[in-house]
Formats: sequence, C-alpha cells, structure tokens
Amino acid sequence: MKLGFLVDLNLCMGCKGCEIACKVENEVPLGSWRLRVKYIDIGTFPEASRNFTPLRCNHCESAPCERICPVSALHYLENGIVNVDSSRCIGCAGCMMACPYGAIYMDPETNTADKCTYCAHRVESGMMPACVVICPVQANIFGDVEDETSNISKYIMAHQGSGVQVRKPEKNTHPKHFYVGGGTQTLDPLAQERIEGYGLFNKITHLKHIGNPHESVIDRFLEPFKSEEKLDNRSFMNFDKPADKSKGGH
Amino acid sequence: MVENTIHATQAIVSLDVPLPQIIWGWMITLNMWAKSVGTGVILVGAFLLYRHKKEEMPNLRWLMPLIAFIFLNIFLFFTLTDLHHPYRMVNIFLHPHWTSAITVGAWMASLFTLLITILMLIGGLDAHPELRKNASCAKWLRGHSGLYETLFPFVVFLAIPVTLYTAIIMAEASARELWQAPAEVMQMMWAALLAGSAGLIFISGSWSKEARKDLALVLAIATFFSFTMYMGEYFFSFKSAEGEATLAYVHSGGAFNAEFWFAMVLGFIIPFFLAVSTMKSDNKTLLRFAAILALIGLYMAKDVWLKIPQMLPLS
Repeated sequence: MKLGFLVDLNLCMGCKGCEIACKVENEVPLGSWRLRVKYIDIGTFPEASRNFTPLRCNHCESAPCERICPVSALHYLENGIVNVDSSRCIGCAGCMMACPYGAIYMDPETNTADKCTYCAHRVESGMMPACVVICPVQANIFGDVEDETSNISKYIMAHQGSGVQVRKPEKNTHPKHFYVGGGTQTLDPLAQERIEGYGLFNKITHLKHIGNPHESVIDRFLEPFKSEEKLDNRSFMNFDKPADKSKGGH
Repeated sequence: MVENTIHATQAIVSLDVPLPQIIWGWMITLNMWAKSVGTGVILVGAFLLYRHKKEEMPNLRWLMPLIAFIFLNIFLFFTLTDLHHPYRMVNIFLHPHWTSAITVGAWMASLFTLLITILMLIGGLDAHPELRKNASCAKWLRGHSGLYETLFPFVVFLAIPVTLYTAIIMAEASARELWQAPAEVMQMMWAALLAGSAGLIFISGSWSKEARKDLALVLAIATFFSFTMYMGEYFFSFKSAEGEATLAYVHSGGAFNAEFWFAMVLGFIIPFFLAVSTMKSDNKTLLRFAAILALIGLYMAKDVWLKIPQMLPLS
C-alpha cells in the first residue's frame, strides 16, 4: 500500500475549507499551517485569472527530510506516509532545510518539527483525512496509488498525458502528491512574483521566528524545569479569564 | 502588444501565509567557523610537524590541542544552543539515524573532541611539570606521555571528515540548491586550512623563521583558493534555476552584497597579499593582522553562503 493525494486544481475554488479542517483536526497552532491554499493571480485585466493551489507535505518516496533527520523523528509508515514523532525531535530544523517544498514548520507550542501526516491517525481508523472530507467539490482525492481500482489510481490514469504533475520532479524525491490542472505558474514558486507588503487580502511577509517566538535560547535550556501553563490555541478561547490589558490585544 | 504578453505571463502571489526565511542563522555560521579553526589547527599543525623539527615550534605540542579544544567546544556549544530541544541531543546517541550527516558528524565530532581533550591534557601537563604535580590523574597522564604521539596520526585523519561533514549536511539539505555543489567540500577544506594557519599564527612568535614562513604560505594558498572558488561559484558556475535565483540576491546588490564583498576583500584578498609579503619580510605583526582579517572574512563569507539560499520561497 502506498497512500497518495491528488488535487484537481480545475475543481478547487479556494474556499480554504481544507486549510481550516486541517487546523481543527490536528490542532495546528496559530501562525502555523500543515496545509495552506495559495492564491496566484495570472495575467492582466481583463484577461486575468485567479488560481488556487493547496500545498501540503508531498510524502515523498525518497524523502530528504527523512534522510537528514538525525534521530528518525521523521520516519516512514508501512502505508507510505512520512510521519513525524514530536517526542523524539531535537529541533535541529534539518528537515526544514531539506524539504524542497517548504512543507515542514517548527511548532511554536512544542518547539518540534511538524507537518501534514495525511491525517495518519484518521487513516489508521479507516477514515479519510479531514481535508478530503471537508472539500465541497471533491478536489482532494486520496487513496492507494498501488491499487489500480482506487479512485486516485483511476483519476491518474484518466488524466495521464494531459497533465498529471508533481512539484519539482527534478529533485528526484518521487512525491506521492499529484496535481491535475496545474502549470508552471501555479506549481513553481520561481515562476511567481511574491511582492512583499499589503496585497489585496493580506500582508505578504515572512516569519521572523521559527518555533516559539516568546522563547529565548536560554529558555530552551530552562524549559524542562518550568512548570507554568503552556500557551495553546485554547488559551485564546478562555473567555472567563479577564484579558491582560498591559499586554495589549483585543 | 509584446510587453502586455510578457506581463500577462507573470504570476503574482495575492494571498499566502507568512513563510519562514532564515532558519539556520548566525549560530550555525559561528558553529561552522569555530569547527574550521578547531580542525584546521590540527591539519596545519600536522603539516608543520612533518616539515620541521619539534624544537623549532616549542609550544605547538600543547597549544595546538588547546586551541582545537577551545574552538571545538565553541562549535559544540552553539550546535547545542541552536537546537530547539538541546537536552534531546542525547537522542542522536540513543536513536542514531545513520543516513543523516548530522548523526555521523555528531559522533565523529564527539570522538574527535574526546581525543583532542586527551592530547591537550598530556601536552599541557608535559609542558608544565609543576602543574598538579601530585594529582594521581596528572601522574598517570604524565606516565603515558607517549600516548600523545600514538593518538596524533588518528586525530589528524579524523580531522578531515570532521571538517568536511558539514558539506554533506549542506548536500542533504536539498531544498537549498546553492549548497548542492562539489565545490562545497573543497570550500570546507580550504576554510579549515585558512582558519588553522590563522589560528596558529597567534602562537608562532617564538617559532623559527622557516616554520612561520610555512604558516604564511599555507595562509596565502588557502586565501587564494578560497577566493578563487567563491569567484567561480559567483560568476562562472551555471546552476539550477533555484541556484541562479539565490545568487541573484547577491548579484543584484541585495541584502548580502556588501557582506559578501567585504568577506572577499577583507578575508581573502588582503590577507593573501599580506601573507605573501611576510614570507620574505617575516613581519610578525603584519602576519597576525592578516590572520585576524582572514578569520573575520571567513566568518562573513560563510554567513552569506549560509543565509542567501534561505531567502528563496520553496512553495
């Protein structure tokens, strides 16, 4: 069994439902994403088009992140999923430097590497990944690429020759994440202009930190001796607790 | 219109999340730089011992491992500090993953530091007979003084992979195509010879003129080839699209342009001419000045090369 993903970009309408479902299912911290949908505008008005590209871990057959991880925190499961064991991760960020797809992030709550696992915990119990279930147009197709009768295999066969693509094939990572209806401009970040500053929807910018932005280098050494409550997404939903005005915010 | 056609092919990112930029920063630069000094003094020291009698370099036997020990500990300290979970470093020894150059390097560097510590203790105690004269451990080490000469050849051979393994880590970091170059290995080796010769220059005041001349020669050759290799990478290499896009940050006078050229001039060009001139004049002050410039320049060059590939969006 080799699990794979296919996204039909002709169907995707950029609703970001998959992004939200992933965040909720996997409790992805604020400011981090296992799956994100990028909007790309191509052409000039009135001949312009907007394209949506969901981006997640490619679960490569020859994964550079698995190879560089010094402690096997990143490892293969029998079904082909590249899984991550956060309890073993030392936080060297080698995987972030090795992944050609920029799919790995440093979890600001645990200070360990994290990424899409194709919802391995759901798959194990026979469910589909959260992003597949939520997609209103069934643009996400998930299944066993080694099984000729699976939906994903049929989809790949039906669209072969007319544009089943993977990102950065020249890297020889053999991704198990396919796209239909994509092109260079949607799949190659070098073919896109990423203008920093305020755009139509948001500010295109860069993260100033990886991992916990409130933790200094010294804190990393003191971390095991701390007993204070950890910050997580639920902290922001504790409405009974009065807001600390001195720290600003809403 | 043609210009409209060109414009029409441009794709602009109109909505995306903030992406990380520099992930491996100054601590990794310092880590690589300190490792170059730590291994380089052993390599250059071995070369000098091969070429000259021990008596010409009376303090080399104990100061060489001492310098290596100090800089290897700086290297190990910043390796540890850069980890988001420093205490979990032990997992590299408990759960090693041998395909990772980080794992192989950590094991080799730890063994290397252990051997250097033994050399430093034996060399230091032999050079200072009054130090800890009655301590049993010191007595034992003085009694096994010959261990230094037995271990030294192994230490020299181990210094080579220890200095080079970072290039393999760079090669495994396949997202950054600038580092996917055979030149990276040679850059590491030249960096070690440059840093090693520069490090030993500071303790060469009492050495013979010929030994110091050889140090200046190694520094001159190392700066020359380091500069040539950087220029080759910068101007003449035809790289992948991502590699070219990365170099464009420097070519276009971007954020790292000034640092890069400071590194080339301060670190390689000026020390080269200073080292060549002191080979004849034996001007110790000038040679030390060349060594300081070379060490500063090497840090800056490593810093630029480490950071620029991380400026590129990967997805």
